Amino acid sequence: MKSCLVVDDSKVVRMVARKILEGLNFQIEEAENGRTAMDFCQRQMPDAILLDWNMPVMSGIEFLRHLRKMSGGQMPIVVFCTTENDIQHIQEAIGAGANEYIMKPFDSEIIESKFSQVGLI
Amino acid sequence: MTVTDFEFICQILRERSGLVLTSDKAYLLESRLLPVARKWKLASFDELVKSVRLRPDESMIRDVVEAMTTNESFFFRDTKPFDQFKQLILPALLKSRAASKTIRIWSAACSSGQEAYSLAMILAETGPQLDGWKIEIIGTDLSTEILSRARDGMYSQFEVQRGLPITLLVKYFQQVGDRWQISQKIRHAVQYREFNLLNDPVALGRFDVVFCRNVLIYFDQPTKTKVLNGIAKQMPTDGYLILGGAETVLGLTERFQLVPGQRGIYCIAGSDTKADVARPSIPAAGSVLGAGKAGMPGMASPAKAPLGSTTTPVGSTTAPKSPLPGFTTARKL
Repeated sequence: MKSCLVVDDSKVVRMVARKILEGLNFQIEEAENGRTAMDFCQRQMPDAILLDWNMPVMSGIEFLRHLRKMSGGQMPIVVFCTTENDIQHIQEAIGAGANEYIMKPFDSEIIESKFSQVGLI
Repeated sequence: MTVTDFEFICQILRERSGLVLTSDKAYLLESRLLPVARKWKLASFDELVKSVRLRPDESMIRDVVEAMTTNESFFFRDTKPFDQFKQLILPALLKSRAASKTIRIWSAACSSGQEAYSLAMILAETGPQLDGWKIEIIGTDLSTEILSRARDGMYSQFEVQRGLPITLLVKYFQQVGDRWQISQKIRHAVQYREFNLLNDPVALGRFDVVFCRNVLIYFDQPTKTKVLNGIAKQMPTDGYLILGGAETVLGLTERFQLVPGQRGIYCIAGSDTKADVARPSIPAAGSVLGAGKAGMPGMASPAKAPLGSTTTPVGSTTAPKSPLPGFTTARKL
């Protein structure tokens, strides 16, 4: 079973993402901002990370830049999932090492489609 | 809606488009035809049926048929046929057409153009290997309205997220408000024509590759046979036909045979096309969707019932019935 860390400051989004991803056979861990996600990754790298952009304490993009410099931090497949839907943000995310990008609002089909594109399903 | 009304509309649909509407899809009639009724300033679905019955108006009937036959479509739908096109069919044709340097591709029942544009993006990604080649992609549909959407190449945020890798979105689309328009380069690579699959495709010319996916399923047996034989007639002996995941030629025509080991790809029966393309399986690397670390051929998105589906997007304040154009992004939850 693959693991996925869901990083979002909204409890509702985390819950919905958990439900969708558990349906796709992922084991889910949650973090409410980039800092707690970093702490988690230092202990154990997940196979996948579903990552929000705007969060208090540490944003998704800051977290991603740190992650890719960590030992083993190249390994997780990172899928952004954010309301930022302009081309500049998308390019910035890809430049920082994101593998895919979901623009909110999302549904289970979009998650499934994106996760299979990056080879997670 | 009375049984007679249902049968009356079914008969029109069958005659005009080949669509066989079963009684379990009766609910779709009202939901899809109500907008048509409104367009014609009629109060209800029943009024519309009455009007079609009493004063048959060609353009009203046309609107009815178009509303019932328009299906949802995604970019790179099902992934695998596009991997097969890129890794097996295209290389085989680049060899066999080296003299003429011409390839013609038909996206039959192309709907809003995602299949045709997916193929155009694959060709654009193929690079200098295709310099000097003339590759035509023709998309056809019986709906003029959907063809004008296809020509515009303008898609909602939902549509560009189903099956389309983000790298291709960034490369080949421009953001226009909350919508995304495919680049002029890709749009110009596809020509759209109005065509009813019930008619003889001779005027469309010859095709080396035909994508005819998820449309035969709506036809009855004799119509399926007729459509397949019509396609066969327009194909050289070393051409390729690609059908949808739930479709086959078995029991319908002897003109085509499965390319061994390649699910969904057919060649003209008795030709030696299969020798070029048949391999045990598609290599995992270099998938058209290979944005991730592991190239992954296989199903990207679940084959979705094209007629009237529902989705409930997360992070939206309302739950639209389908990915609506102009659907606004919700506030952060």
